[in-house]
Amino acid sequence: MVTFKDVFRQLIRDVRNEKLRTFLTIFGIVWGTVAISLMLAFGTGLHKNLIKQTAGLGDRIVIAWPGLTSIPYEGLGKGRRLRINEDDIAAVRTQVRGLKAISGEYETNMKLDYAAKTMSVDISGVTAEFGAMRNEIPQSGGRFINELDDHDQRRVMFLGDRLKTNIFGDADPIGKTVLLNQSPFQVIGVLIKKPQDSNYSGPDAEKAFIPSSTFRALNGDKYVDNMIFQAASSGETKQVIKDISAAFGKRLRFDPEDKEALSMWDTTEQFHFFDIFMLAFNGFLGLVGVLTLIVGGIGVSNIMNVVVEERTREIGIKMALGAKSRWILTQFLIETLLVTIFGGAIGFAISLGVCAVFPAQLYEYVGKPEVSPVVALFTALALGIVGLVAGYFPAKEASRLDPVVAMKL
Amino acid sequence: MSIIRMEGIRKIYDTGKVKVEALKGIDLDVDAGELVAIVGPSGSGKSTLMNLIGCLDTPSEGIYEIGGDNVAGVTRDQLAEIRNRRVGFVFQNFNLLPHITIVENVELPMLFGGVAVRERRDRAVELLTRVGLGERLDHKPTELSGGQMQRVAIARALAMNPDIILADEPTGNLDTSSGTDIMSIFTDLWKAGRTLVIITHDPALAKRASRIVEIRDGRITSDQRNEEAA
Repeated sequence: MVTFKDVFRQLIRDVRNEKLRTFLTIFGIVWGTVAISLMLAFGTGLHKNLIKQTAGLGDRIVIAWPGLTSIPYEGLGKGRRLRINEDDIAAVRTQVRGLKAISGEYETNMKLDYAAKTMSVDISGVTAEFGAMRNEIPQSGGRFINELDDHDQRRVMFLGDRLKTNIFGDADPIGKTVLLNQSPFQVIGVLIKKPQDSNYSGPDAEKAFIPSSTFRALNGDKYVDNMIFQAASSGETKQVIKDISAAFGKRLRFDPEDKEALSMWDTTEQFHFFDIFMLAFNGFLGLVGVLTLIVGGIGVSNIMNVVVEERTREIGIKMALGAKSRWILTQFLIETLLVTIFGGAIGFAISLGVCAVFPAQLYEYVGKPEVSPVVALFTALALGIVGLVAGYFPAKEASRLDPVVAMKL
Repeated sequence: MSIIRMEGIRKIYDTGKVKVEALKGIDLDVDAGELVAIVGPSGSGKSTLMNLIGCLDTPSEGIYEIGGDNVAGVTRDQLAEIRNRRVGFVFQNFNLLPHITIVENVELPMLFGGVAVRERRDRAVELLTRVGLGERLDHKPTELSGGQMQRVAIARALAMNPDIILADEPTGNLDTSSGTDIMSIFTDLWKAGRTLVIITHDPALAKRASRIVEIRDGRITSDQRNEEAA
């Protein structure tokens, strides 16, 4: 019987007798593990960061801009301007199945006064639904525009966080009144700091939002500048886009295939792209890591072969005393596995350490590296396989020795 | 009752180009309780015979039975098991593992034989005490003299309570007085009823055996009872 204690004792002895060799062996495995787990950790962090950045624009939304028709339709020539009003949106909303939310957006630049400050600000007129779709989450103590604000044409305002700082500095703006084109507006909320890597009319952080109805009354606008909508599930997005085009096409008489009349930006496509990109990216990183580990494994295998040679006499004596080849095989296999696991554990600890001390200022760019359980499992599995393969051949060699010949050495 | 029964044993080493016939038909029976010395010059086939008796190798031809077990056609692992249970080795160069204590060395055959941990330890301590090393249990072989190392080897050979003790030039690396000590241990074991086969080219050693088998050029040339034994 090979007991774990016997093997472990042998291992400790080897480590003591062969400090440099053991160090180099374990270093190879440590390096491989660090390579795999760190690279995958950064990959995971980057992926999450990309998703978060994109989520800054909205939660799987589609943005639609009315434009000029480019295809003649039902006797109407091309180059006709498409105009969409709230009635159109209300009508379409009831016609398209799988549509979760839709909101028109009105935009313009207005003069904002507060105390001695005057500045020019991008203002959007939007509904309550817009806030949910675009992830306009308020800081505590405030709120986004709600349905009542829109219904009652209230003069309330939701501020982007950078715009708030520009106007109020560190002071709490909630309940304060600012003048927008000389009309008083009450500040009801401030956007939380959110990462946003793409936008279509300036980052939300530098904008202000007011109720859609208030915007129309104030500026005399009838027609939306763009619309935001969201399907009930991301899988339905493609169909909803088609149905929206068809519904508006029927009502406003343009060809549903006319991409210029109502141009769309499907932000879910980005997520899809990220998923594929990250799969490829992680695959590449994983491959590099696995190759590194294999090279480490070959190193271990080589060293174990040397160990077999050095310990030939010992193996011969043991076999003469009645050790079966299985015993010798197991001993070397367990020894290799222990070295591998030990190296793997150190490598894993180093990876965790690196992730822990990774400067937080860089999270914004490359994300927060995360050693996920999946990464841990994957690394452990790869290590196990490498250990087994690396240990098998030297062990086989050792068990095949002829005791008489081995002892004479 | 014969412990060892050899009939028409031939051993041919085939190196590919040349075939060397090391043993050319050996018939040898060793009964329980004998102290057999196998003598002969270098190259006579002594070592080959010792490897076969010790089940370290299998014969090319002939019948070999040890303690009733037929060695013909067994696998490497089965052979290892026979060695473990039936043969206790004492080698010229001791063949102790240098990095472990002498108790651990004596425990080794019992480890391979599947003896329980506690029993292993107790028996190893008992055997080492019996050969006069009870005070040095935790020493490593390298910290001992040659004679002491050979005594550890004898303790190890007795660990599995084997059918025979097989010693290959046991005094070859020892000074005269240590050699005499070792030989006395052997004769004591013989008197206690053990079966021993000692391979040697030392006439003084051979003289103390109960039977002297002389081997020359792969054949047994003389086989005599020795009435002056011990």
